[in-house]
Amino acid sequence: MQDLINAVVELMEEEALELTKKYLGDGKSGKEVFEAYQKGMAEIGARFEAKEYFVPELILSGELMQAGSELIKPYLSAADSAADEKKLGKALIATVEGDIHDIGKNIAGMMMDIAGLEVKDLGVDVPTKTIVEEAKNWQPNIVGLSGLLTLAYDPMREVVEGLKAAGLRDKVKVIVGGGQTDEHVCKYVGADIFATDAMVNVTYAQKWLGGK
Amino acid sequence: MTDYSKLYDERQKRFEDAVALRKPDRVPMIVMPEYFPARLSGYSIKEVMYNPEAMSQAWLAYHEKYQPDRADNPFRIRGFGSLLEVYDFQHLKWAGHGLPDNMAYQFVELELMKPEEYDHFIHDMTDFMIRRYWPRVNKSLAAFEKLPPFNSEISYLFGLYGPVAFLDPEIRKAVETVGRAAEECAKILASGRALGMKYKELGFPPSSGALTQAPFDTLSDFFRGTKGLMVDLRRRPDKVMAACEKLMPVMLEVALRSTKASGCPIVFIPLHKCMDTFMSQSQFEKFYWPHLQQLLQELIKNDRIPWVLMEGVCNDRLNSFRNVPEGKMVWHIEGSDIRKAKEAFKGVACVRGNLPVSVLVTGTPDDVRAECKKLMDLMKDDGGFIFDTGVNIGDASIENVDAMYEYVREHGAY
Repeated sequence: MQDLINAVVELMEEEALELTKKYLGDGKSGKEVFEAYQKGMAEIGARFEAKEYFVPELILSGELMQAGSELIKPYLSAADSAADEKKLGKALIATVEGDIHDIGKNIAGMMMDIAGLEVKDLGVDVPTKTIVEEAKNWQPNIVGLSGLLTLAYDPMREVVEGLKAAGLRDKVKVIVGGGQTDEHVCKYVGADIFATDAMVNVTYAQKWLGGK
Repeated sequence: MTDYSKLYDERQKRFEDAVALRKPDRVPMIVMPEYFPARLSGYSIKEVMYNPEAMSQAWLAYHEKYQPDRADNPFRIRGFGSLLEVYDFQHLKWAGHGLPDNMAYQFVELELMKPEEYDHFIHDMTDFMIRRYWPRVNKSLAAFEKLPPFNSEISYLFGLYGPVAFLDPEIRKAVETVGRAAEECAKILASGRALGMKYKELGFPPSSGALTQAPFDTLSDFFRGTKGLMVDLRRRPDKVMAACEKLMPVMLEVALRSTKASGCPIVFIPLHKCMDTFMSQSQFEKFYWPHLQQLLQELIKNDRIPWVLMEGVCNDRLNSFRNVPEGKMVWHIEGSDIRKAKEAFKGVACVRGNLPVSVLVTGTPDDVRAECKKLMDLMKDDGGFIFDTGVNIGDASIENVDAMYEYVREHGAY
């Protein structure tokens, strides 16, 4: 199915979806077709890392992946779906309370997903309590706190304090991300690292959790 | 007694010297205060958004305390709570409307123009604005979506009977809303003019006389949405180009008109979507830079001074940005590498920036002084530099802002 993989990587949407239908119609298993998409997405991730692909390509690939998955879903068994569980680890991400920006967070989430993390996205303007509760229940390896505005610093810090109070701080790595984060903010918040670039998250996630 | 007109002239010259890459008497210092002055005077953001007297008083107090080299007139884009309410404005959430009373407004991403509407926009932008855009961005004008097109209202054979559409009670109500908006606009603009006069009396020239944007940013921010336009770059690149070409003269005209009306030639141009990580260099060179470059050249040709704020990190774009006429404009750095900017714009353009606001929000006055020193040591040199922060100081602590102004005042002389 190299032609399907290529169509995904080159973001030829119509061709990719046509090929998906063709292979499924020809009797290929849902799992095999899905794997072609995964291979395509991995290459897209690599191109993003190599600065050949940027946000337009990443958004398009997300849409293509979704459209493809819709076609494949009826052909997947329960066992196939279970086998798709991400191996590297779990990342809980959110834009913190008071801030409604989500573009950076979404890109970061997509890149971590492509890199093999299971990503749970709590959305924007998420109260501190919700993030801490979710961290307690879902037990992620990484908590990613996003914010575009300088007003996000205090809520980020409150989340870290909340994680400490819940006895979770030494069990998770905390990343703060967004255009206004830097080393001052990282220290103020008590995060492990700051990220102004989606690839930083992936690099550290792989370092912490032992990826490639 | 202070000679304010002398102070005004000195400040003008200080800025002009920096723009022309000469060495001023001292480093000009201007920062974007956002709603910081409200906090300084003990007002909530909601109070100053709705109360012009409170706003004027707070902003005058800020300028008298810190004596920046140019004045921030907040009315048009900060003191407009009552007008936003009349419009039931959808592109912002603000204090009392989706946000707490003491929070600065935030932009809401919307796709106000659908992908299939490019042709309408390109073919007849004004018609698109009145019958599609206004009704969507201003909920109280939603009924305008029902209006018929007006391009066939021609003399007595085609025309005369178009106004029957206005019998629709919802359209009538929307027309009344426009009337109420007009009244609010007049009040806000009058407050702005009064404050501007007061600034002049106190020796502060204005920060800018107009605001405009790169055509790509206008299309992205306000029409297609960030995500929509990013996808269009691959799915319908020709439409994107045509729309940017359509917008270029509009973005130029609005800047020329406003600067002429205000008498201040400085045109503020914040850049939003050209960051290194947002698009490839070839996408940037094709879709973003040509129209922006043309805009800058036209403004400069008309004796305007572009002040361009590169939001985010734009290190890879500096090589393009340096292709502008010498000594005629200001490049304001936010997160880009200021060393690289200094190198790129040497002998070309004035560099402005970029004390990290993070230190003003999270650090101590000592941290602030250390960062100020670092920046001044690097940038002061032989002129062509304006001290500013990377982004606005809305969330900065007062003692840190005090420390910043004091440091630059003490060490700014050439």
